[in-house]
Amino acid sequence: MDKGRVLKKEKGRLVAAGLISFFPIFLTIAIFLLLLIKAFPLLSLKSLPDLIFSSAWQPQKGQFGLWPFILGTIWVTATAFILAAPLSILTALYISDYASVRLKKWLAPVLDLLAGLPSVIYGMWGTLLIVPLVGKFLAPLFGTYSSGYSILTAGIVLAVMILPTIVNVSVEVLSAVPAELKEAALSLGATRFEVVRYVVLKKSLSGVAAACVLGLSRAFGETIAVLMVVGNVPVAPVSLFSPAYPLPALLANNYGEMLSIPGYESALNLAAIILLLIVIIFSLVARLYLARLSRRRDR
Amino acid sequence: MRSHQTVVDSRLRRRRTAETVFRFFLLASVILVSLILSIIVVSILWKSLPALKLSMIFKTPGTGYYLGKRGGILNAIVGSIEISFGATLIALMIALPIVIYLNTYLKKKSFLSEIIRLFLDVLWGIPSIVYGVFGFLLMLMCHLRASLLAGMLTIALVELPILSRAMDETIRLVPNELKEASYSLGATRWQTARHVVLRQALPGLITSTLIALGRGLGDGASVLFTAGYTDRITTSLLQPVATLPLAIFFQLNSPFPEVQQRAFASAAILTLLILFISLLTRFLGRKLSRHRIK
Repeated sequence: MDKGRVLKKEKGRLVAAGLISFFPIFLTIAIFLLLLIKAFPLLSLKSLPDLIFSSAWQPQKGQFGLWPFILGTIWVTATAFILAAPLSILTALYISDYASVRLKKWLAPVLDLLAGLPSVIYGMWGTLLIVPLVGKFLAPLFGTYSSGYSILTAGIVLAVMILPTIVNVSVEVLSAVPAELKEAALSLGATRFEVVRYVVLKKSLSGVAAACVLGLSRAFGETIAVLMVVGNVPVAPVSLFSPAYPLPALLANNYGEMLSIPGYESALNLAAIILLLIVIIFSLVARLYLARLSRRRDR
Repeated sequence: MRSHQTVVDSRLRRRRTAETVFRFFLLASVILVSLILSIIVVSILWKSLPALKLSMIFKTPGTGYYLGKRGGILNAIVGSIEISFGATLIALMIALPIVIYLNTYLKKKSFLSEIIRLFLDVLWGIPSIVYGVFGFLLMLMCHLRASLLAGMLTIALVELPILSRAMDETIRLVPNELKEASYSLGATRWQTARHVVLRQALPGLITSTLIALGRGLGDGASVLFTAGYTDRITTSLLQPVATLPLAIFFQLNSPFPEVQQRAFASAAILTLLILFISLLTRFLGRKLSRHRIK
């Protein structure tokens, strides 16, 4: 082939690849804009704080208070986070600083598999085991009644789902602590616990926190598994044992069959935007922070 | 006053206790995590074995299937495979040019590459239910019905950030010297990307693709409004399609115990498929990387 044609082809490919590379940017903007346009009819009728902080959800009467759903999302996610964070940080510490090479080899595929299991499987597991556990055992233990379909149930299922994400990212952060630092502490007579507490965690606490936030952002958007165990009652929850109705579940149950109730579609699109914003803020903060950490390490 | 020796002794004892307690907590959490996974897998398989018959795998739902009569979920198995393979192929066609552009045409720390990676991270964070909503709105705009095509495109969007970020990570590990050697022989950027970088990163690319495939196979929220559901095997892009996650979801809600049993069996099939892909990923990752230049 002559040189001119090779270079011309080369240029064409450069342009094509460059154009496709803008697709992620284009897609993000398109998702935002489309949802915003679709939510607009309702926003022009009622003020945003009205919609967000009102607890009245009666689509037939034209009342679209999203507060019970937002609160439900926060309750479920917070429960999952409180359950998952300590467990996954301890597991990550064990893997990075205590485990033998052989154990690490065994744990890695286990965590991969946990991360790869579909959410409907977790949901089914939740209905089979955690719902009875909470309804028949935990609720009576605390002297209350619960059907088992509750915030606590969803929290437990979600906690298991975000565990692998937090563990994997944390292990990465923890393993990046220089061995020289640990050896220096050990040579001064520190126990391994002291090394972990005063050296490893001191060096990587913020990274581990970012890993947790990343897990948190996954938990916010989880749909099917939560939907199957959370009860789906559009009332602001009062305790761990009461049912809730998080935003993703609201979308999954009602989208696609929005009937002809005016404003309903807009309300659901508004719910989608709120969910999108919460998730993006959390995941972006964590990602940017982790990226900065790894850049600092490279230097 | 206590002697110096006893003070040292008691302090040492306390430090030892702290170490033991800490070790106990670490071990307890690792054991708990492993226990949870085994409970999940064991309880699903244990529940599903009574319902897992050959007719489940080789038959489509017959008349009265949802009342507990005969039939299987071949429609959902085939549908899931169609939709996830198609989606992965589409995602691959977008993700490959992106990672090639990021890693061979742009400078390592250029502003543009950082921006594109940032937006991929944003997309990575978007929940699949939001993709489902977006896909549904697009579908209405194009006057499309819930179909294999719409579901495929939506899952492709879900897979795109996972796939591109994973491939980006592996391609980034290709040594610069290799590229430079190729350039010094007079190869163009495209030739270098195609014959050196992609070849070198192939094991990583294949495992990334398999990870994305597994994600697509198991994702239910994004196809909830876009793929529809059908009792027949889908043969055209414009027909609705059944998927395994939704088959499990719908059958589990049934009041008939026989149908619920089938939900368990479907879950076993899905779990085994994911397990197979996960093991294949590990196996291929190890096997293919033998001939890599380190």
